[in-house]
Amino acid sequence: MMPWNRNNRPKPEPPVELLTPQALIGLLAALVLAVGPHARELPVWLTALFAAVAGWRGFIVIRNQALPPRWLLLILATLAGAGVLLEYRTLLGREAGVALLTAMTACKLLETRSLRDGVVLVFLGYLLVMSNLLHSQDIPMVAYLLVVIVAMLAAQVMIHRQHAGLTALAPLWLAGRMLLLAIPVMLILFVLFPRIPGPLWGLPKDAHEGRTGLSEEMAPGTISALGQSDEVAFRVRFTSAIPPPNQRYWRGPVLWNFDGRRWTRIEELPSNVPAPFTPEGAAVEYTVILEPSNRRWLLALDLPASLPPRTSMTASFQLLRNQPVNEVYRYEMRSYPHYRTGDLTAAERTHGLQLPSRTNPRTRTLAAAWRQRDAQPEALVNTALALFREQAFYYTLTPPLLMSRDSVDDFLFRTRQGFCEHYASAFVFLMRAAGVPARVVTGYQGGERNELGGYFIIRQADAHAWAEVWLEGRGWVRIDPTAAVAPSRIQEGLYAALPDSGALPFLLRRGGNSEWLRQLALSWDSFNIVWNEWVLAYGPDRQKEFLSGLGFGAVDWGEMTVAMITALSGLGLAYAALRWRRRYARDPVVRAWQRFCVRLARRGLVREADEGPLAFVERVTHCRPDLAQPAGEIGRLYAALRYGPTISPAAVRQLQQLVRRFRA
Amino acid sequence: MRGQRPSNDPVQLNRRRIYILPTRQGYAFALLLFVLFLWAINYSNSMGFAFTFLLAAVALNSMWQAHDNLLGLILHPGCAEPVFAGQDAQWSFRLENPDSRPHYGVALQWQNRPPQYVNLPAQGSATVTLAIPAERRGWLRPGRLRVLTRYPLGLLQAWSWVEFDQGGLVYPQPRGQRPLPAALPGSAGSGLGEQGLGSEDYAGFRPYVPGDSPRRIAWKTAGRADQLLVKCFTDQARPELWLDWRLLGIDNLEPRLSQLCQWVLKADSDGRQYGLRLPGLQIPPGHGAVQRRRCLEALALFIDSEGISRRHDAVEPEQPAQARTAG
Repeated sequence: MMPWNRNNRPKPEPPVELLTPQALIGLLAALVLAVGPHARELPVWLTALFAAVAGWRGFIVIRNQALPPRWLLLILATLAGAGVLLEYRTLLGREAGVALLTAMTACKLLETRSLRDGVVLVFLGYLLVMSNLLHSQDIPMVAYLLVVIVAMLAAQVMIHRQHAGLTALAPLWLAGRMLLLAIPVMLILFVLFPRIPGPLWGLPKDAHEGRTGLSEEMAPGTISALGQSDEVAFRVRFTSAIPPPNQRYWRGPVLWNFDGRRWTRIEELPSNVPAPFTPEGAAVEYTVILEPSNRRWLLALDLPASLPPRTSMTASFQLLRNQPVNEVYRYEMRSYPHYRTGDLTAAERTHGLQLPSRTNPRTRTLAAAWRQRDAQPEALVNTALALFREQAFYYTLTPPLLMSRDSVDDFLFRTRQGFCEHYASAFVFLMRAAGVPARVVTGYQGGERNELGGYFIIRQADAHAWAEVWLEGRGWVRIDPTAAVAPSRIQEGLYAALPDSGALPFLLRRGGNSEWLRQLALSWDSFNIVWNEWVLAYGPDRQKEFLSGLGFGAVDWGEMTVAMITALSGLGLAYAALRWRRRYARDPVVRAWQRFCVRLARRGLVREADEGPLAFVERVTHCRPDLAQPAGEIGRLYAALRYGPTISPAAVRQLQQLVRRFRA
Repeated sequence: MRGQRPSNDPVQLNRRRIYILPTRQGYAFALLLFVLFLWAINYSNSMGFAFTFLLAAVALNSMWQAHDNLLGLILHPGCAEPVFAGQDAQWSFRLENPDSRPHYGVALQWQNRPPQYVNLPAQGSATVTLAIPAERRGWLRPGRLRVLTRYPLGLLQAWSWVEFDQGGLVYPQPRGQRPLPAALPGSAGSGLGEQGLGSEDYAGFRPYVPGDSPRRIAWKTAGRADQLLVKCFTDQARPELWLDWRLLGIDNLEPRLSQLCQWVLKADSDGRQYGLRLPGLQIPPGHGAVQRRRCLEALALFIDSEGISRRHDAVEPEQPAQARTAG
């Protein structure tokens, strides 16, 4: 190798691009905003850890100090991981996942110095934004997260625009502008991107935890526990006449099996067609916007006569979706409030008369005595209702606890204070003991009308349980024993019926000091229903329904993809045309040429649309030989500037000058 | 390049010459979008879909912005001060933004060297200096330059290739341990040896020539005269020092030129009067910056057309008389 040959000089390593202090502070701010809402469900120590680390990192950058040593970071990461594991006993659940993400972000913050670290943090930030959406998709949360996204985008811009000595606001403005420009594309994708019904694989056990609502079993206290909850269970918009309150029974799980205290479902084979019955009277048509329940059942007015997509119905008129409802789900329904069901099957008779042996002996004795008096089912029903109506039974949200297998005995003969589940349970037990097939139906009853939006809100507090007895000739007949004790519960809702209603949350109260607040909340809720119905409920079914409703007929995913690509291309073309026009109008070369053409047009020499500059100039020269020299020069220069490979500013100035001096 | 021959005209980046591709980060972002999308499906999260689509739309939009960030910029051909082989030539290019809005984070990159970023104010310009290694003497052409931007999010890189015809001069690398050759007795006939520094033998004033040592400027007279005067010493009036090709018995061309280059620098820094002889070229003795540049240029651009380096016709420096007759 020759001594002067320096080809073997080692290539210089590209230096690590460091983050500027501004970029780092922007990033810190965005991440704190992204973690913020999680503070509600994260363990306190983790929230504190994150806040401390963010503060520390901010201090380091402001005071220009050294980053903590690597071993400290390793210890911190190990401790944080162990802490999450101890707290949740897993690293895989949804909550544990969010905790781990937060811990990872905190640790990454402490070693972040380069551009690449910054990018990793931004990506973690986007994951944190997403994890927030799993907890809430309310309008305020979404609005807040939009701010977080702008902050995150601004941080991403700042990371890459290191070299700029810009104000802190410039990246924010830019990020905001980018977000606004992205919205049309986002809307197209949102509406037309073919939605796949999830989940694609098994989710962690706690994926949809924390939902309140009806469960698949009923024991004393399960429904009254919901009585305090002002959470919305679903909203309903009637498209036909609104049924009166005493017909607004929203049917949920039907419970057949009793063990003396607890009512449970039995396995019923659902069918792909609505269970048959004979409607009497007009149908009620309505749309339900169901909040996520993590349950398969859908709620419908007694008795449902239609099936939403991907849904089946059991013989006891219970709607079951093929997957649990973990998103806001909208479906259209048709029900008949007046009906007559068919014959009792052998299985129904068996289940409808099932009673746990050797429990509640006093109730059995009572039922046997009634049956001795009058074995007519109608008479037995009336006797039972009269018992509740005439004896000293109380309707209360806080009944005494009934823990024994003789819960019906305890209730009927001892406590006599109960909520709807106590009455329904006792009534069905009495009926079965007296030989009348009966079952418990749980669901919701009533609902509050939102005058502003013209729809009904059914809250968890409207959860209810009632009974159905099978009567010869009429089929299954709904009997609500609660109505015998507290008729106002059915007519006016929970607040009117409860003697101790002062303890209810203000949304469940009527009148009084907090009425204005409740009205305000209702006004706000009328925005929510639009949001829920049109945005959150826009899933695979709603998408198909919506696009078919636009007049495309039935659409499959292929057609949706085509429509999406077409719409995106259309948007892109429109945008390109707009930009081109703007740029074209700004181009000094084009402007000068246009001025030249206008001057000639005044003298009757109009350039044809398809006439190139050189051809036009030639024609001008032919018609006006006196203009040959300047026009020829302008034409050649314009053609060179417009179509040549390069543009020199001097040439542009020359063209402008020539045009300015040109007199036709 | 689509048939765009290198020239020395400024180049305006137009639509046809701007390319765009995702960066490594962009691919990582695509992966992130996919993860978010799966997350949204699995949790049937409507706003999750919206968020994923929003980020995708932002990324799509940043493609336009990256493209626009280069569009219309004008790159002027650069120039570089001459350097010695083995050094980095500092090339300065001017990027001009004729637009009425600023362009941020525009970079020039030479081969795989780290790109040099600048911000261009509205209707303003900025100078980017690239260090381009000068491997060998002669004309250095940087070749293709990449004008690039990763603005605004770093997910995509838009770039354009620009090549100018302009070259920068690279002198040979100054190398070699040989001492300066002995000065020859010239017409002045003072016959002082090369070792004789003789700076103290004052001989009068002469006008300042760029390259003269500041130590020799007659500062006392500077205030009075309208031009700077330099004190002349007898050693400057000494007979010429000839830096002759044939004094070097080195086999190869480049080491010879390197040694000559070294001599030129040494003679110049010593303030000597020197001339340069190369096959087919003779630069008469002189001194100062002009002489230095002339000699170095000659060395830089010397072409061994006759294959002289392979002939053993060089003479030893101990035989100056012979060298002189050969000149």
